Order: sequence, then structure tokens, then C-alpha cells
Amino acid sequence: MGNREAMAGVITLRLREKPHVPLEAEVICPDVLVGKPREEIQALPVFLGKRTRRLGDFFDVEVDGDGEEIHLEGDLRRVRWVGRGMTRGRIVIRGDVGMHLGAFMQGGTIEVFGNAADWVGAEMTGGRIYVHGNAGGQVGAAYRGSPFGMQGGTILIEGSAGPEVGMRMRRGLIAVGGAVGDFAGLHMRGGTIFLFGPVGIRAGAWMVRGTIVAFRPITLLPTFLYACAYRPVFLRLYFRYLQDHGFPVPPEALNGTYQRYTGDTAVPGRGEVLQWIGDL
Amino acid sequence: MLRIKGGKVYDPVHGQAGVVRDVCIADGRIVENVSGGRVIDARGMVVLPGGVDIHTHIAGAAINFAREMIPEDHRRAVALVRTPARRAGIGGVAPSTFATGYMYASMGWTTIFEAAVPVLTAKHTHEELHDTPIVDKGCYLLIGNNEIVLDLLEAEDYERARHVVAWLLWAAKAYGLKAVNPGGVAAWKWGQNVRGLFEPVPGYQRVTPARIITALAQIAEDLRLPHPLHLHCNQLGLPGNFATTLETMKILEGRRAHLAHLQFHAYGGDDWTTFRSEAPRIAEYLNDHPNLTADAGAVLFGDTVTVTADGPWQYLLYRLTGHKWGNMDIENETGCGIVPYAYRQRNLVNAVQWAVGLELLLLVRDPWRIFLTTDHPNGGAFWRYPEVIRLLMDADYRRERLKALPPKALSRISLPDIDREYSLSEIVIITSAGPARALGLSHKGHLGVGADADIVIYDEDPDPGRMFARPRYVIKGGEVVVEDGEVRQTVLGREFVVRPNYDEAIEAFLQPLFEHYYTVSFANYPVELERVHPVEVRSLGE
Repeated sequence: MGNREAMAGVITLRLREKPHVPLEAEVICPDVLVGKPREEIQALPVFLGKRTRRLGDFFDVEVDGDGEEIHLEGDLRRVRWVGRGMTRGRIVIRGDVGMHLGAFMQGGTIEVFGNAADWVGAEMTGGRIYVHGNAGGQVGAAYRGSPFGMQGGTILIEGSAGPEVGMRMRRGLIAVGGAVGDFAGLHMRGGTIFLFGPVGIRAGAWMVRGTIVAFRPITLLPTFLYACAYRPVFLRLYFRYLQDHGFPVPPEALNGTYQRYTGDTAVPGRGEVLQWIGDL
Repeated sequence: MLRIKGGKVYDPVHGQAGVVRDVCIADGRIVENVSGGRVIDARGMVVLPGGVDIHTHIAGAAINFAREMIPEDHRRAVALVRTPARRAGIGGVAPSTFATGYMYASMGWTTIFEAAVPVLTAKHTHEELHDTPIVDKGCYLLIGNNEIVLDLLEAEDYERARHVVAWLLWAAKAYGLKAVNPGGVAAWKWGQNVRGLFEPVPGYQRVTPARIITALAQIAEDLRLPHPLHLHCNQLGLPGNFATTLETMKILEGRRAHLAHLQFHAYGGDDWTTFRSEAPRIAEYLNDHPNLTADAGAVLFGDTVTVTADGPWQYLLYRLTGHKWGNMDIENETGCGIVPYAYRQRNLVNAVQWAVGLELLLLVRDPWRIFLTTDHPNGGAFWRYPEVIRLLMDADYRRERLKALPPKALSRISLPDIDREYSLSEIVIITSAGPARALGLSHKGHLGVGADADIVIYDEDPDPGRMFARPRYVIKGGEVVVEDGEVRQTVLGREFVVRPNYDEAIEAFLQPLFEHYYTVSFANYPVELERVHPVEVRSLGE
């Protein structure tokens, strides 16, 4: 991952053992932790199921200097809400992490050397999340009932993702290297989604605006209309941006022809789906 | 026994405005004097009768569907954590049932009326009203689009229609009659609406909205209902609808009626771009016609959810906003639409709506005939009433707020020219004494001997918005339920139900109709009286 800022120090949180029920730990966030002494960090509240506990009951805490970087280690699959609403700094996670990673995030970066569960970057407005492994469903999506999903920022998933990627997203960028589930870009209002792997059914359903770029053949809904085949120049800017951040872009994507479809006319919407068809 | 000592008492029914006196309570009522018991030192505080909400949507299938539709609001809403005195709940624009009771009470409101109940789901309404603690309550029966009643009006059988309406009112265990977009919701069942007051309702030859309105207003009078016909006029929300509202008031010809959420019915202009306020003309007519009362249905800027039996209007609102839309009750004796909505200060139409609500409250001269509501949750949540009170009592604050409106809006409204400021007594009238009188609740809305001991005590504060938001004490039925804005104990409020007279033989007419057309059996249709408890039934004599 590029653009790595120099950090004076690191706060390391090591999960001792996997909790038996979900542990909601939105305090694991640079805005909360940075500048606090070790004892104060240990005393911060987390929720084990419905009970309030101390962060120190579950994590070994090391504070090295006063940097804005947090390192998380251990089996974090049941640890939720890491980096919720963060505005600055950096979180590095070694291992798999639980749901709602970086939800409502406004700035800063999160990097996961492992897998993330559902709702990565849900309703985020800024910042960058990079997952080297797989993600669950609802990446950058709107929470149930909300009119908008992510409204800015970048989410890069090298592996696969589940259903409803970018559901109701309004702005920002999502790229998924592997397969995605059904309903990618559901009710999308804007923004851009790159899908480099196989795509599930009903991608772009209820899409109002925005762009979905697909590199594997996808089965579009009949409510999408074919427009033309062309070589969009703007895609190169996106590919360069992805490469700058270390995201693997297949070389054949750089110089291909794309079929453009508009829809979803059932809404009616003016979104676009760009389907890579190789080098004609 | 309880004595409230040395407070400044505002009791407009008895002409008291800031009179320093003791208020004594025994057995849930206000009495001449007590010896012993608790004493509340109310020196430096104001003592008012508890608030009465004449029009709100807080119980039943429709508001419950709204609750289901807006998880996004629950996430940002105040969570009421369980305490020894109260259950848990969620606030927001459509609070859960228990939370509704706590929130009304902790604002100083002690009597509230659910404004729209179809008979078919009335059981649900009463279950939820039972779970709305502390406050006393009642509900209005939706009757303006009931097909059996409309068929009888088509046959010009007014007598039988009256008996049917009375039977339905008792079947629903309701307190009053409500008509929503009369004829229009019946038309909505075929995807249509009605246009004027005098065109027949689709499917009928003789029945027009005008006929429905006058017949129901007459029935309410003939049945001697304590509250007259509660009327949601046709053409709600549309530019130029003030003409329909004026026509409606005229065809009533002296019959009593209560015009609900009048703000939504006082618009001029030909379309959304020429949208403007016609509140002065509506207020002028109301001023000259003492047979009419109204509630404001004021709008406050911010997010809310709209809930109304006016199905066709809600479809239009959905098309305008592209937001979520719930359409239900179409199989009932009414319709219902639900659309989340945000009133925005920078939006021309919303800015005019905001002004219209305040203009009506300020231009209707007699505070006994216009009442404070936001048509909760349609214009804004009920817990925002203190904001409206501040806008009414403080003209400087109003002028300050006007500066934030789009400049284009200022030429469409008359609010900038209005200097009137409400006195505290007048606020008591529009929030308590007035609605209590319009509801025929003689034991509410005042602090005379014999009245229900529903009393609210505020620390005097130059900012009325702050003062009304956090009472020092709220007393319901003689029990201190709220101290320092927090619920300290929960009592059960009672429900008001009327028992009108009708010919028992009407059941022989209704039963075959039920067996043909309804999905429930006749015997299972009415709400059993045992379901409504505690209850106060008022029998209406011949």
C-alpha cells in the first residue's frame, strides 16, 4: 500500500483469545486511542454481547511513542466496529477481523492482512480501506433503511466479496479482485465499482447513477440497454490510481474495448455498466 | 394528598394568569384544601394544566408500519434505557409505545388523541394505547371512506347511515369521527383521487366529497359527540388547495367541525414553483366562523416520517421524493400511506410550509379555536413542540429564523409582517385548555376544583423553548410522575370512549353485508370493551 506516512510510534493491541460472543470495540480507533497512556486505553469500554467490559480485559496493550498508528493482532473475527468513524491515522490488522470494519469512516487508512467480514466501510465518507484477503457482503453499503451507502473514500479488496457490494453507494471507489456475490451495486446512486472477478446475478439492479466496470462476462438484467462499444480514456486514470495503491490490475484490462450498457431503466436510472470484451 | 405551594398559576379557564396560590390535590383531583401530605415548594415556578394533544399518530397499524420502515431513524434516535421507573424504548420521529408515553409526560403533556383508526385494526390501536403509559388517551374512527356508509349516502338513507356510524364508533371503542380526504381514499382503491368537492366519487352517482362531509358533520351533531367531526380536508399538501379548504368550511354551514392540521391545507399557487401561503385567508374565514376549530399541523425543519390515511397523496409524495413508500390498509375501510420525509430550510416549498403553520397560529385571533400540533409525526415529532412555542412567544427569534429561509420564500409568506407574540396564558390555551374544550373534556385543561390533577410545573425561564422542554414536575392524576424532566414513576392512563345511541336492529342490516364482503366474522369484528382498560365510557343520551 502506497502513500505510507512516517509514524513516530505505534499502539499495539494483541487479542489474547477469541471471545465467545461478539465484542463491539469501536474504541479501537486512532481518534480515541492516540495520545492516551496505556492504563487509560486498557480502561476503555467495550461490549461483550450486552455487557460492558474493559478493552484491557481482552487485549494486551503496548504503547510505543505517540504515533497515530494502531496495530491489531490475534483472531479478531468476533471483534466488530474497528475504526468506526475514524478521521485520521492508520490501523494495521494482522489476522481476520469482524464486521463493520471502518464503518462511517471519514479519513485515515485501514489495512488488513487477512480477511474482513460484512459491512466493510459501510456508509463511509472518506479515507481508504485495503483488504488483502476476502471481504463479506455489503462492502461500502448503506445500513438497512439508509438512503445512501458510502459517500466518499476508497475500498480495495484483493480477494472476493459477498452480496450487495456498494449497495446505495453515492460516491467513492470500490475495487474487488475476486468474485462478488449477487446484487453488486444494488440501488447505486453514484460512485464507481470495479469487479475484476466473476459477478453474481442482478448486478446494478435499481441502479440510478454511477459506474460498474466488469472484466468477466456478466448476466445483465433485461432492463439495461446496450449503448455502444468503446475504449474509455478515463478508465486508465482509475487503473493508475489502483496500481499506485498496490492493487493488482490485470494487464489486459488496460487496453481493452468495453461495451457500455445504461440502466436500470426499471427505476428509471441512468447508471452505466462497462463490460470488458477484450481487445477487438 | 399533595399541595403545590406558592407557584404562579396559569389557568385561563378561570381567568388566572400568574396568580400566586396553592393548588391542592386529593384522590387524583384538584380540591379546595388539604391538610397534611406532600408539599411541593413551587415558589419561582409556573403551574399549568397538563398539555392536551388533539391530533397525533402514536398507536396502531399505520404508525407501527412507519416504525418498521425507518431503522435509519432508530439508529440516530435517543435510546431510553430501562430504569426502575420505566421500560426501555426508542425515541426518534416515531417512538416506540412506552417511549411515547414517557416522552409526552416528560414534556408535560398528559392527554393525547390518536387521530386515525380503521375499525379492522382498532384492536391493535387499543393494545398500543394500553402500552402508552402515564397519559390519558382516546382515538378517532376513520369513517369518511367507509363503503357501507357511502352506499347508504348514495341511497340517501341518512337515518340508517347515522345508526351504522354510531354502531361502528362503538365497535371501534373510539371517541370521535374522523374523515380523511372524504371520497378520495375510496377512489384511491381504483388508483384515483377526487378533484373538487362536488364531483361524484368514482363508483357513485350521488355521493360527492361535499355530501360525505356535511352528512358526517351532521351525524356527529345528531349523536351529540363531545368532539365534532374531525376533518382532514381534500387536496392535502397541494398548491392552491386553500380554495378547497374554504369551500369545505362554507359547505359546513354552521355545523361544528374540527379542521385537522390546517397548515397542510392553506396553500396558494398553481404549481410547486408558484407555491405560496394563503394562511391569512384561511385564518380570516376561521376568525369569522365560531363553529370551527382547527389544529395547526405546524412543520419543523428536519427529518421525519409522514403517515396518513390519505393514500393518493402519499403516492404523490413518494413520486416527488423518490423515497421509500409504504401503502397499506387499502383492504380496510380506509387507506394509508407512509413516506419518510425531510423538511429542508433551503427548500422553497418547505420554507413556505414552515411559515404557514406559524402564520395560522398567529393570525387566528381566538386561541380557543386553534391548537398546537405538528400532526405528529407528519410535520415534525411531538417532542419538538417546545420549539414551536418559542417561535410563537418570541418575535425576535422568529425574525432571526426567517433570515435563514431562501429569499424567494419571503415574498410568498406573510410571517415577516406579523409581530404578535403569544403570552404564556395563550400558550396554555392552545396546548391545553382549548383542545380540552374542543374535545368536550370538562375535567381537563384547567386547575379548578374537581378537575383531574394533571399538572405541570416549570422553572421560570426567559427562553420558553428551554422551559417547556424540561418540566420540574409533572403530576398525572395526582401522582408525581416526572421530576427534573425524568420519569420517576409510571402510572396507567385511561382511555376515553363514547357510547352513542343507535338502533340495535342495525345489526340485522350489517350482518349480511359482513358475511358477503368482510374477511372477519361479524362477531369478531368489534373491539370488546374488556380489551380497553382502564376505560372511561361516556354514554350519549337521546
